[in-house]
Amino acid sequence: MMHFMLLFSRQGKLRLQKWYTATAERDKKKMVRELMQIVLARKPKMCSFLEWRDLKIVYKRYASLYFCCAIEEQDNELITLEVIHRFVELLDKYFGSVCELDIIFNFEKAYFILDEFLMGGEIQDTSKKSVLKAIEQADLLQEEDESPRSVLEEMGLA
Amino acid sequence: MPAPIRLRELIRTIRTARTQAEEREMIQKECAAIRSSFREEDNTYRCRNVAKLLYMHMLGYPAHFGQLECLKLIASQKFTDKRIGYLGAMLLLDERQDVHLLMTNCIKNDLNHSTQYVQGLALCTLGCMGSSEMCRDLAGEVEKLLKTSNSYLRKKAALCAVHVIRKVPELMEMFLPATKNLLSEKNHGVLHTSVVLLTEMCERSPDMLAHFRKLVPQLVRILKNLIMSGYSPEHDVSGISDPFLQVRILRLLRILGRSDDDSSEAMNDILAQVATNTETSKNVGNAILYETVLTIMDIKSESGLRVLAINILGRFLLNNDKNIRYVALTSLLKTVQTDHNAVQRHRSTIVDCLKDLDVSIKRRAMELSFALVNGNNIRGMMKELLYFLDSCDPEFKADCASGVFLAAEKYAPSKRWHIDTIMRVLTTAGSYVRDDSVPNLIQLITNSVEMHAYTVQRLYKALLDDISQQPLVQVASWCIGEYGDLLVSGQCEEEEPIQDEVLDVLEGLLVSNLSTPVTRGYSLTAIMKLSTRFTSVNRIKKVVSIYGSTSLILYCCNDPISSWISFNFHLTECPLSVCQTFQLQLLSPSSNVVPALNQGTVTQVIRVLNPQKQQLRMRIKLTYTLKGSPVQDLAEVNNFPPQSWQ
Repeated sequence: MMHFMLLFSRQGKLRLQKWYTATAERDKKKMVRELMQIVLARKPKMCSFLEWRDLKIVYKRYASLYFCCAIEEQDNELITLEVIHRFVELLDKYFGSVCELDIIFNFEKAYFILDEFLMGGEIQDTSKKSVLKAIEQADLLQEEDESPRSVLEEMGLA
Repeated sequence: MPAPIRLRELIRTIRTARTQAEEREMIQKECAAIRSSFREEDNTYRCRNVAKLLYMHMLGYPAHFGQLECLKLIASQKFTDKRIGYLGAMLLLDERQDVHLLMTNCIKNDLNHSTQYVQGLALCTLGCMGSSEMCRDLAGEVEKLLKTSNSYLRKKAALCAVHVIRKVPELMEMFLPATKNLLSEKNHGVLHTSVVLLTEMCERSPDMLAHFRKLVPQLVRILKNLIMSGYSPEHDVSGISDPFLQVRILRLLRILGRSDDDSSEAMNDILAQVATNTETSKNVGNAILYETVLTIMDIKSESGLRVLAINILGRFLLNNDKNIRYVALTSLLKTVQTDHNAVQRHRSTIVDCLKDLDVSIKRRAMELSFALVNGNNIRGMMKELLYFLDSCDPEFKADCASGVFLAAEKYAPSKRWHIDTIMRVLTTAGSYVRDDSVPNLIQLITNSVEMHAYTVQRLYKALLDDISQQPLVQVASWCIGEYGDLLVSGQCEEEEPIQDEVLDVLEGLLVSNLSTPVTRGYSLTAIMKLSTRFTSVNRIKKVVSIYGSTSLILYCCNDPISSWISFNFHLTECPLSVCQTFQLQLLSPSSNVVPALNQGTVTQVIRVLNPQKQQLRMRIKLTYTLKGSPVQDLAEVNNFPPQSWQ
């Protein structure tokens, strides 16, 4: 299973952190700091995998963002690269040519999409269409919540 | 009270901060506003405030005061509130704190909600961060949902069950009935998560494993359909149909086929099919091949299939993609013991990877290369490995040097080759060899009696070039002390140095800034030893008198016959020496002057630590002047009572 996924910029700004194991807040901070340092120091010619503590780290850079996952010894690094890619595709489809700013200003939506794609460090659905449809429907539900009330409704007369 | 500012506006504002201090000020101001808003129990804007809090939390600021607010959001009827509430719970709540248990009832209600997206939120939260207590309380609800015909919920319930089992393994049994027809599903989401669930159960319980072995034919069929089916846009990735599912099925097959002949046989054909038909031009195809190789190597596959797998790895090694080369080396390292001959066939490709630019690949190639060294290829392999040692980064040198020494010891084709190899390591990576290699090498050299002359000559020459590498200098000093007579006597092939030249070199070590105290001890001992082999005794005495009045470490040969201890009345207390078999401590002599006319004695105590119980012998040399002429007396004490060393 995936233990966690981090998204961070070249400047070391965290944009998303999803943890699938119970970890204390201060340990999370320490691990994030350490990993960001290690990954940001990697040169372009190096491979996308490295060993860290007892985990395998799989990372890939998309434009200004690093996507970084921690997987277990028995997990497949190459397919994890595909998992990262699938998540990027989902974001891209949802936001329409996604960029870092989209994820900064709509971080909660990025989380919603991730939570529809992965759960407990495993893939929920391998169909892009299915995941995007679910998000779409959930967004609609949200909109229904927020639909403006008529003046009469506001006054309690309708 | 004005409405709290919107999330996006807050984000925009915070991003305009030019300094950390400015940002902190903005955050503190907003937090204060949010806090008072929470105090007012405002339902309308709670969601907005918690969302802002989550943003600030991501920037690294404390947000624990929002925890209870998340719970209130979860309990709300509005979907928007629940969405943010559950997200907040996952980000802010910690199973270590009891407050998380307050979620349990809400989750229970939401698991039975009429809207599947609400049920989904609850399942997701439970499946990502549910504590053991929560899992115990809610396992029944999850089990119910695992049997639903709604594939959206079923797939989530399956992964939620996986989490429950991970947290509370004893609950595994209760999910067994629901697994009955999971694999008959057409929906890929359900299929994928079901395979994950089955894998988890099989990994944790031998009984479950035995029970689920009967699924092998069904899994094989599903995998076959994926490979043979035409283009399916919904699940296609670069021309391959649902690679994620294929990889998970291959992994489950691995677990089922392990140590079971029948199952392994049943999956033999499909594995061969996947291994030969999968497209290798993109990463996704190679990901499937990789998993296939891991499965083939782990189950009881026939040898033809195993060779096929190793050959796939061999091809991976030639792939332009460094990620592929990396996984190939990692996998080969795992199989090199069991399939040694098959891996040997790819030896030259592996050795080429020593020149790779990536550090992780280099390291694996080095480990694998050492694993492949044997009596037949030692000369060729050692050439490559020594070349690697020359040019590799410092982080590799210690391990590589150790590996070379080990391999040389096991497979050296001749003593001369062995000594040459050691010399090469000491001269190219001398500062990186481990401390214990010095006594080990001394032992090796001692035992190669016929090579003594050759060895001392080569080491002497090395010293002339470079005295910075301490292990080299130490071994060289020791050899010169021991075999210096061979060095100057014309036994060597090349022009031999004269005694004074040798002493120049050794003295040079004593004064050099580059020499550590340990090295100085070695060289001083060597000089002292040479007083029995060389004739320039006066010079030696002078050197010893200059350096001997400070603390001294003595190094003795571990060959008992030439055990040699020097003491001189100029010497004061000496620390323990380092030696393979003996440790010596010379205490202060009782006096610096021996009274004339037998009117008294001088005693000096020598403490010997002899853990290996080697026979004690002592050689004594007295030098003095009598009526102006130098006299030298040599004696050996061989009759130490056995009780003293046995």
